[in-house]
Amino acid sequence: MKLIEVTNRDNGPASNATKIKVRGLNLYYGVFQALRDINLDIIEKSITAIIGPSGCGKSSFLRVFNRMNDLIPSAKTEGMIELDGESIYARGCDVVELRKRVGMVFQKPNPFPMSVFDNVAFGPRRHGNHNKSELEEIVERSLIRAALWDETKDKLHQSALSLSGGQQQRLCIARVLAVQPEVILMDEPCSALDPIATMKIEDLMRNLAQEYTIVIVTHNMQQAARVSDRTAFFFMSEDRAGILVEEGPTTEIFTNPKDKRTEDYVTGRFG
Amino acid sequence: MPRISPKTSERLAKILLWGAGFLTVLILAAIVIYVLVNGVSEINWEFLTTPPIGGLSGEGGISTIIVTTVYLILITIFILTPVGIGAAIYLSEYAQDNILTNFIRYAVETLAGVPSIIYGLFGYALFVSALYLGHSLIAGALTLVCLLLPTMIRTTEEALRAVPQEYREASLALGATRWQTIWHVALPAALPGIATAIILSTGRVIEETACLYVTLGGSAAMPRSILSGGRTLALHVYYLAMDTMAFDKAMATAAVLIIIIVIINLFTNWLSQRFRSAYTAMEEGRP
Amino acid sequence: MRRFIDRASRYVVLLAASISFLILFAIAFFIIARGLPAIQEIGLVEFVTGTVWRPGQGQYGILPMIVGSVAATFGSLILAIPMGLGCAILLAEIAGRRARRFLRPVVELLVGIPSVVYGLVGMVLLVPLVRNLGGNGYSVLAASIVLMAMILPTITSISEDAIRAVPRAYREASLAMGATQWQTIRHVLLPAARSGIGASIVLGMGRAVGETMAMIMVIGNSIKFPTSPLDSARTLTGNIALEINYASGLHEDALFATGIILLVFIIILNTISFFALRRSRAQNIA
Repeated sequence: MKLIEVTNRDNGPASNATKIKVRGLNLYYGVFQALRDINLDIIEKSITAIIGPSGCGKSSFLRVFNRMNDLIPSAKTEGMIELDGESIYARGCDVVELRKRVGMVFQKPNPFPMSVFDNVAFGPRRHGNHNKSELEEIVERSLIRAALWDETKDKLHQSALSLSGGQQQRLCIARVLAVQPEVILMDEPCSALDPIATMKIEDLMRNLAQEYTIVIVTHNMQQAARVSDRTAFFFMSEDRAGILVEEGPTTEIFTNPKDKRTEDYVTGRFG
Repeated sequence: MPRISPKTSERLAKILLWGAGFLTVLILAAIVIYVLVNGVSEINWEFLTTPPIGGLSGEGGISTIIVTTVYLILITIFILTPVGIGAAIYLSEYAQDNILTNFIRYAVETLAGVPSIIYGLFGYALFVSALYLGHSLIAGALTLVCLLLPTMIRTTEEALRAVPQEYREASLALGATRWQTIWHVALPAALPGIATAIILSTGRVIEETACLYVTLGGSAAMPRSILSGGRTLALHVYYLAMDTMAFDKAMATAAVLIIIIVIINLFTNWLSQRFRSAYTAMEEGRP
Repeated sequence: MRRFIDRASRYVVLLAASISFLILFAIAFFIIARGLPAIQEIGLVEFVTGTVWRPGQGQYGILPMIVGSVAATFGSLILAIPMGLGCAILLAEIAGRRARRFLRPVVELLVGIPSVVYGLVGMVLLVPLVRNLGGNGYSVLAASIVLMAMILPTITSISEDAIRAVPRAYREASLAMGATQWQTIRHVLLPAARSGIGASIVLGMGRAVGETMAMIMVIGNSIKFPTSPLDSARTLTGNIALEINYASGLHEDALFATGIILLVFIIILNTISFFALRRSRAQNIA
């Protein structure tokens, strides 16, 4: 049985504190149930990878954490989702505040049709910061953190659309960092990128995991094995609702899975 | 300057946006209700079936006006439909995508925006004067054809383009000629769109005034041939309001106009909805 | 036989297409052929900048009419841009399905109402109201308000399409960063849709400049420079319609020349909007 090579890392999760706690989550789109009874703890300052065959609700699950599913009128969420012990679906919870704390990087790089600078400054400006020197500092800091500063410091005022795909995606990460989130959600962030750009983003993710809690959805098992600390395997039940089969340290999931379905999936028997 | 918090500006913006929507509804309601309230009481069988007393008298009904309007619609649509559909078929099925086609498209688009009175001037110069047709039904109808052609071509072309390419390929692969494919496959599939275009054109004939004011003449008498002049309902409203100051009859005629327009709008909405649902059914039918 | 029909049909539709395009050129040709000699005789500068229009005494200056058209159009835009854009945003982003189902037919019906009905309601309802402000009520202000209602649907529907066409990804990225809905509209959607919105305004302008009957009915038609919104004025379109049926000789040709000036306005506006719309489409594909 050939299993995927898991990168050995000395610096595992910095702590074991739970950042996000999910209990009994059900997600519906109209009458269709997209997710059923999910229970999962996301550990602080670590990378949790969510893997599974397409259509099993991985992306929908990710969009629960910043309530992007709210944009779909028929979507309905049940169960308990807590960020730092506070329910994010509670009546008093402010979606705008939540999304400041929980940033998101999308599947396709989606910089706004504005300059590099304006893209990164977009979040801080929306949240009331119009101080020019402060913004300059934030933009520089965010771009450095996203490993994009050297490539863009001379073209901050050129259109973001002139950057390459990989650069655009790192710009989107910088844009998220500028808002100073605690959690970063990544929805297949490398699926539209070439291998070299993918590698850069993966390095960046490892780097960011020291400060941020990262949840990444990926269809690429090698990627999950390379970057994540913990892995959650999602699968489709018979009525096409997504379920969580198994979750644990990435090494465990890839070398010693408990569930037959996980084993079949990670060894490439289907999916 | 103190900045307004994002929350406050969000709330303020939404109030203003809903205000704009509300005001729009109010404008329409004011026009429609005002005309109907003031006009409908005048409308009765006698009003619809007696001819107006011409000249500066505001008395009488609108029977000859209705007849003229119907004649004008029939003549216009009769000429407009084949030419418009033919040109649209050429553009969507035969023309290659080159500079010439692009220029033609630009011309069609531009002509759709040329004001009615310019078409009126043109119709006056060509049909009324140069071709000696005088102020007549045929001069008015030909002018309307020119006015409506760009929209007719564009709408029909869009309907034809919306027909999936697979249909044409399937038909051609069965050995049908290009024309058979157009006639038996593309046109039937585009029919609801074309029907909408024809009904919309009918509506435009009813609404139009400026270009008819200078080509149709203003006779209130019953038209005897296509060379007689006449008045449509819309023109009649103008003459009653401006020349005769018979505002009660003008309101009544305007109420008839609004009722016709509302019916046409409801009908086209229904038609395009059917068109759309037919398409979604088709899309869903595919794996 | 089949082949013959196939071949013949091609020429039949080509004929239909040619007729259509011939008409396009014929329009330009006839108006220019009739109007250009008049411009030559009167002199372009004298014609466009002359302030007196007295065909009986051979004085043909259309500047008052140009100012009248521009004033009414400008006034209508001031009113219609905020209203139309507001409705467009409402329809594209804010209103729920039920409100949309109600509001969209309202906007469509505003397009369908005949220009004379706008004029009639303007005469009976609006002009007396404006009279309370001063003057006799037949005024640029009344004309601007009537035109506003007439161009509102153009601005609303084309801007709505432009806002809707902004890629979803922009919307999601902005919201995911904790921007409010209004911030997303104001700072992401409107800038991204600006070509289309610009085109809608230019098209609305074209409609306003070209409107004839409703203008004749409410603007008063006196040939003088309006000095306030409450003054009466005459538009280029009104000038043509009011006089063509009894004009002859140079007077008639001068009206065609007025048509040329109007056509130039319209072609410029249409060309701008044509390219703006094309640009906005191209942007959204990229």
